[in-house]
Amino acid sequence: MDGIEEKRRIRLVVNGRTVEREVSTRKHLGDFLREDLRLTGTHLACEHGVCGSCTVIADGVPVRSCLMLAVQAEGMVIRTVEGLAEPDGTLHPIQEAFHEKHGLQCGFCTPGMLTTLAAVIEENPSIDEAGIRDAISGNICRCTGYETIVDAALSAAATMRQGA
Amino acid sequence: MGVRYFGASVRRLEDPKLITGRGTYVDDIAIPGMLHVAFVRSPHAHARIVSIDAEAARGMPGVHAVLTAEDLGEAAAKPMILPVPAPIIKQAKTQYPLARSSVHFVGDTIAVVAAETRAQAEDAAAMVMVDFDPLPASVDLDRALQPGAPLAHEDSPDNLIATLKGGFGDAAGIFAKAPHVFRERLELHRGGCHSMECRGVVVRPDPMGGRFEMWSSTQVPYMVRRYLAEYLGLEENGVRVVAPDVGGGFGPKAVVYAEEYALALAALHLKQPLKWIEDRREHFVATTQQRDQIWEYEVAADADGRMLGFRGTGLHDNGAYIPYGIVLPATGMASFPGPYALDCVDVTIHSIFTNMVPNTPVRGAARPNTCFILERAADLVARNLNMDPAEVRRRSFVKTEQMPYTTGMKARDGSAVAYDSGDYGRCLDMAFEHYGADFRARQAAARAEGRYLGLGIGSYVEDTGLAPFEGATVRVQPDGKIHLQTGAAAQGQGHKTVFAQICADLLGVRIEDVTVEAADTAAFPLGIGTVASRVAVVGGSSVHMAASEVRTKAIKVGAQLLEAAEADMELEAGFVRVAGTDRKIALGDIALKLNGLFGTPMMKGIEPGLAATSYYEARELTFANGSNLCEVEVDIETGAVKILRYVVAHDCGRLINPMLVDGQIRGGVVHGIGNALFERMIYDESGQPLTTNYGEYLLPLATEMPRIEIVHMESPSPRNPLGVKGAGEGGTIPATAAVISAVEDALSPFGVRITKHPISPQDIVEMIDAGRPAEAAE
Repeated sequence: MDGIEEKRRIRLVVNGRTVEREVSTRKHLGDFLREDLRLTGTHLACEHGVCGSCTVIADGVPVRSCLMLAVQAEGMVIRTVEGLAEPDGTLHPIQEAFHEKHGLQCGFCTPGMLTTLAAVIEENPSIDEAGIRDAISGNICRCTGYETIVDAALSAAATMRQGA
Repeated sequence: MGVRYFGASVRRLEDPKLITGRGTYVDDIAIPGMLHVAFVRSPHAHARIVSIDAEAARGMPGVHAVLTAEDLGEAAAKPMILPVPAPIIKQAKTQYPLARSSVHFVGDTIAVVAAETRAQAEDAAAMVMVDFDPLPASVDLDRALQPGAPLAHEDSPDNLIATLKGGFGDAAGIFAKAPHVFRERLELHRGGCHSMECRGVVVRPDPMGGRFEMWSSTQVPYMVRRYLAEYLGLEENGVRVVAPDVGGGFGPKAVVYAEEYALALAALHLKQPLKWIEDRREHFVATTQQRDQIWEYEVAADADGRMLGFRGTGLHDNGAYIPYGIVLPATGMASFPGPYALDCVDVTIHSIFTNMVPNTPVRGAARPNTCFILERAADLVARNLNMDPAEVRRRSFVKTEQMPYTTGMKARDGSAVAYDSGDYGRCLDMAFEHYGADFRARQAAARAEGRYLGLGIGSYVEDTGLAPFEGATVRVQPDGKIHLQTGAAAQGQGHKTVFAQICADLLGVRIEDVTVEAADTAAFPLGIGTVASRVAVVGGSSVHMAASEVRTKAIKVGAQLLEAAEADMELEAGFVRVAGTDRKIALGDIALKLNGLFGTPMMKGIEPGLAATSYYEARELTFANGSNLCEVEVDIETGAVKILRYVVAHDCGRLINPMLVDGQIRGGVVHGIGNALFERMIYDESGQPLTTNYGEYLLPLATEMPRIEIVHMESPSPRNPLGVKGAGEGGTIPATAAVISAVEDALSPFGVRITKHPISPQDIVEMIDAGRPAEAAE
């Protein structure tokens, strides 16, 4: 280790806004979002890719922002928990459903649950309970026992089917 | 007053910011000029420190300082304060903020590295060269008290922290005469906290010196203030501690940690703000864990299967230090004999040092241990007498007509343990009524097809509402909004919502009009902490008292201003009104009047402000109870356990918010399922932890967890104004016992007796292989 950090310029779209930043090549996407863009809604909880708390939506797909370097996000369209609601503040159906069904307690895993489920339900609003449990099998929650998260996802999926 | 919010499943006030990414957890706090800290930690379970060479690290890019105990000098020369001293503690060993001459577990703190980024701090921490002289480590709980066993502390005579003895009745006589006595050995295993937010600390020293502010992911901000002020020789008034949004606690965040001491010491030394965020590997090696115990016990029963007595000896692993003194073994001791009316108990618990992560309460504290032991004992009696395990429990339970029931045991403060209310038999019956009566038929049919179903029971009693107090200030502001301040911290339970429900009902306002400010030592003067399922009981009662006082004052002042009788006043929709008329005055207007105006004297006999501060002093514990039923299917080829149904009958007195209580129960049960089937903190024979990530240490996942079916019984507590009992740990306490009981029942054709937790698929296959046709009673 010579201590000299290599930096590279990246351009990407985050929550609808184009951002351009100089970033250390060893910085992961989660740290970039939190530190460089001050989007602290994305939470880092294990930083080895198991717990899913740091999940963001990259080009429509849920990814772990701790397992991806910021420089790998060059040219991508990223959605974080801050970008799930409409610009006018109208909540995403999965956010509404988490509030309605008590899908969160401490709120720390919640951004990763919301982004994972938003992507999955947008892709397939007909998803069933087994599908939802499978979709969040890579997201750890210590508070809820998952049941109310599953209920919230089923409720949000139903809302999205009606809206479609 | 019509009750509107109390008892209703009100949606949480906490949610809107948390579902939109606008929470403020400690890692979200950024202070200009703040440096990032990484710790140099011990890689050895037990070693002498020969030398530390930090020169290379100090020269690394971005590094501002590397601080060892020596660098901090006199300020860090004492061991950390023991919060709960007790005369029977033989060796009151607490950690140093930074190790001085020796280290006692892998993860023990050695040096603080402060750099401009966390990455730079970690790079430099790896360059701090520590020369260790490794020592034998105490890791075998069974051997730890034997002569010649490796010592956890090189300067100790032995590994014994304390020996606790407790009990009542003539155990020798009862066991000598009992128709049946059964005995066995149990091994209970530790697990971790695993809040999804790890710990973290931000500290900002006052530029004038001698004071600082700290934001910590803690359950006990007032204890952090107390012990840091004492250790550092500062006025408590000069230390502000805030628990911001906290991402789960589960017990281990109720400790004042070495990292909190070290961050305060380093920030005052460097005169710079510092941040340390625990990473997940650090969480495995430095955040407290709990539950390792080994028991040899005997249970006595009469000819009808009623349990008569329990006696036994437990070895309790407390890890390398005693940050909680003897609270764990004492709590485990006081939890005997659980829901059972026994004629005698005779228990000895040895609390023992090992070179593993220190132990402090994890959800349930030692209550899940005692519950597991008693429930294994109940199942052992049933098995050996060929009885229905539910019937053994029914015959042994404390009866509702015996309430209040003095168990014979002593609480930690020496007072007699006395259950206040409940009907344990009825609660178990409710569980079965919900579950259905066809299990044994289904089990038999499944076995005919080569499938193995099992049904397990876990019954428990939990002391809640621990002394001494919590407090609250309720203040009506001129705009009519209510400002509620309390010391009670939350880690996801929804306390703000619960407090607002209590307050809104009494003051006739909407809960949206109540803002709750909690867990900031600068906002409310005194607090204790969020542990032991105490906040709804103790904090909630203090809110009730303060809001009641404000209500009384609003009525008194309102009656004067409206020239009407106090008895005719009602509070509704933010107004004090003469009942049945449109003569009314807004609460905010009363507040404005009581907040005073230049030159206008106050109303006679009325103190300024429409506000009150109350402390609720908990003088008697209140006891929740319940019974869980768990149905499993075990694949005898792979050892896989699938939980098919899980039923909870739960009695925590009056429910303030059933939705939140159910959330506490579900999360708690799943934690207990983890302790039964998944969570395994493995150390090798030298004290090296082998499970330090989520690939190696398994937590319950959505794909494996059942729905938790909950039925409530409400036996109001006579011991607090709300009639409530705590609900934070009642899910966890019986769950491990119920799951293990179910797996054993499924494997009864193989004669399997399960005497430990957790059990892995491999354990199950091995137990089946070692099995034999079930035998009758011995």
